[in-house]
Amino acid sequence: MPASLFPPYEDLLRILPEIVLTIAGTLVMVLEPALRPERKRLLGGIAIAGLLVALWGTAVANLFRGPAFHQMVVVDGFATFFRALVIVVGILAVLCSIHYLQRERPDSGEYYALVLFSVVGQSVMAAANELIMIFIGLEISSIATYVLAGYLRDDRRNNESAIKYFLLGSFATAFLLYGIAWIYGAAGTTNLVEIRRVLSTPELAPPRFLVGVSAALMFVGFAFKVSAAPFQVWAPDVYQGAPAPVTAFMSAGPKAAAFAIFLRVYMTAFEPISNRWEPVVWLSALATMFVGNFAALLQNNIKRLLAYSSIAHAGYVMVAVSAHSEIGTAAAMFYLAAYAFMNVGAFAVVTHFARQGEKYVDVDDLAGLGHRQPVTAALFSIFLLSLIGIPLTGGFFGKFYIFKAALEAKLYWLTVIGLLNSAVAAYYYLRILVVMYFHEPGEAAQTVSPVAPGVKIALWASAAGTLLLGIFPSVILDFADRSAALMK
Amino acid sequence: MDVPLFLIFAAIAVACGVNVVVQRHPITSAISLIGVMGSLAALYLLLGGEFIAAVQVVVYAGAIMVLFVFVIMLLNAGAEGRSGRSWPVRLLGIPFLVLLLGLLSFVVQAYAPKTDRVVFGAFTSGGPRDIGKLLFTEYLLPFELTSVLILIAIAGAVVLARKEID
Amino acid sequence: MHPVTNVHYMVLSVALLLVGTIGVLTRRNIVIILMSIELILNAVNINLVAFSHHFGDVHGQVFAIFVIAVAAAETTVALGILIALFRNKETVLADEVDLLKW
Repeated sequence: MPASLFPPYEDLLRILPEIVLTIAGTLVMVLEPALRPERKRLLGGIAIAGLLVALWGTAVANLFRGPAFHQMVVVDGFATFFRALVIVVGILAVLCSIHYLQRERPDSGEYYALVLFSVVGQSVMAAANELIMIFIGLEISSIATYVLAGYLRDDRRNNESAIKYFLLGSFATAFLLYGIAWIYGAAGTTNLVEIRRVLSTPELAPPRFLVGVSAALMFVGFAFKVSAAPFQVWAPDVYQGAPAPVTAFMSAGPKAAAFAIFLRVYMTAFEPISNRWEPVVWLSALATMFVGNFAALLQNNIKRLLAYSSIAHAGYVMVAVSAHSEIGTAAAMFYLAAYAFMNVGAFAVVTHFARQGEKYVDVDDLAGLGHRQPVTAALFSIFLLSLIGIPLTGGFFGKFYIFKAALEAKLYWLTVIGLLNSAVAAYYYLRILVVMYFHEPGEAAQTVSPVAPGVKIALWASAAGTLLLGIFPSVILDFADRSAALMK
Repeated sequence: MDVPLFLIFAAIAVACGVNVVVQRHPITSAISLIGVMGSLAALYLLLGGEFIAAVQVVVYAGAIMVLFVFVIMLLNAGAEGRSGRSWPVRLLGIPFLVLLLGLLSFVVQAYAPKTDRVVFGAFTSGGPRDIGKLLFTEYLLPFELTSVLILIAIAGAVVLARKEID
Repeated sequence: MHPVTNVHYMVLSVALLLVGTIGVLTRRNIVIILMSIELILNAVNINLVAFSHHFGDVHGQVFAIFVIAVAAAETTVALGILIALFRNKETVLADEVDLLKW
């Protein structure tokens, strides 16, 4: 065998997190049949161990910055940031799942393998430097998430969630692919940096119109994955129907990774035609904020409410994208990190409270939780206050940086509308707080059981993350700032 | 020779494609889809993609379509009833579609990069040797990642569709 | 006779894209919706192979092979989900999947 076929060792180190996660996922699948149902929680432990090693692997890979595997992936600050983010989301999601899975479907441990593989896909997306890597990473992440959404296959809500997610998701991916085919035809390459070079060289530049059409087709795919309007219709149904820990996972991890590729493609490859896509992103940001916040006002199912809130938060990140600047990118990165903690935390509370068969998932069921389980209620309050954007929480600084970036990009209207939207959003989050603290305990709160250990760790970790980002935002923001500058 | 071959296979592909969408019974749609796959394989040959033509027949027409037919049989799904759409919608829909097709074709024709002509045999580097070389050098990483993808697909299908053996 | 150019292939691709999109949007049977998505993926592949011919490099064809592999994986999972749905609900019609509001 010629030696040149084997990739250099630095290249392997640059994809260390993916290698570790794949090995851990395979290990889970191999061990799964050997364990009795009551011991399957061990697989959750393996998954967490694998994710922790992968986190270390991300740090190692970060020491070997640069492109790898013939420019297929590139390790830079941006990639490291999103890799670490999706791995942390994976850890929190697995922590939430262990008890839930033991209760709802104890016979099956492939769940953890699917989570690990999904994180592999997201990690690839974070580092992708080629449209083909973006496509493969996106598909790995999505297909694993489709299965996870329908994991409790005897529950009709799960079936419906999975089929809707799949049909709309693969339809959107098909459009993304059509866009990729066009941009390959227009630029003659699928490498993001090369596309940028071709587009910005006047004598090579293909017709602007053609590039614009490809960018628009790809926007359909990306907007779907981040649940931005007008492609957000799937999110409420899918989030409501999927198992609660899976909803926690897919509202944070795949979304962050989708924003990573969205930012990378539009800020590098399509950067020369930014005047064409900026208005589209602007409009989409506007519509996303309105749809998310106003529909959330009408919801009583808490998963559905958080789904609309997650749409609204995607809208805020879209504001940062449409600012189209380095500080906009940094603001989007910071916001996604803060959002991941507060959102996973909120869904962890839902996971804990829902009980067997997800019986208690209405806002009114939470009545009196503040008296029954003051600690859980207090942690939930932190997440809700952060989602509103109250100072001392990550959500506050996230919004602050996004609107600062928007103002610097002279997006005054978008800033004003975004701020008004945040005020509307405060109403439905505060409603949950009021129900929790000022209503008499109902049947659901009377019968609430102690918090399972895994969920407890996830809750405290998310709360710690939310507060850390709120009190010492510079820790993450400095890194995001430097990474955003490196993207050029 | 190229022109009639293209016209024949393109016509079959479009006709079968339309048939996939208009048929009431899924099995008829599946058979039509095989027609699309087969004629596209012939078109790939005209474009010099020997390997991809073979893959199209073996994987698409062979494996994926068999899977479809298998599931249609398993679910024993019959013809679907007529949907409630009224005739005016259909009447307006068809011209609208033709118009849209015309518009998009115009865009393609006006803006897409053009070659003078596609001649059978002009482009010969689409054989298994060239593709294999690329897959194991430049495309090594996506190639390996595809195996992860397929592992997920296997695990996912088993998790969702397996009957419990007690 | 007028020669065949790659534009002809692209028009064919656009036609299949349209037919597939219409199928996804108008049909109720989930199996047929899946087949319509396959039509769109095939339209993508025609474009990729035609552009590959246009540039005289094989990269487009390699991309098309990945698309086929991914389509196979997607179909497997889709049919798994469909079987699980059918067990609980005895339907393959999209508009009868209505427990959660669309």
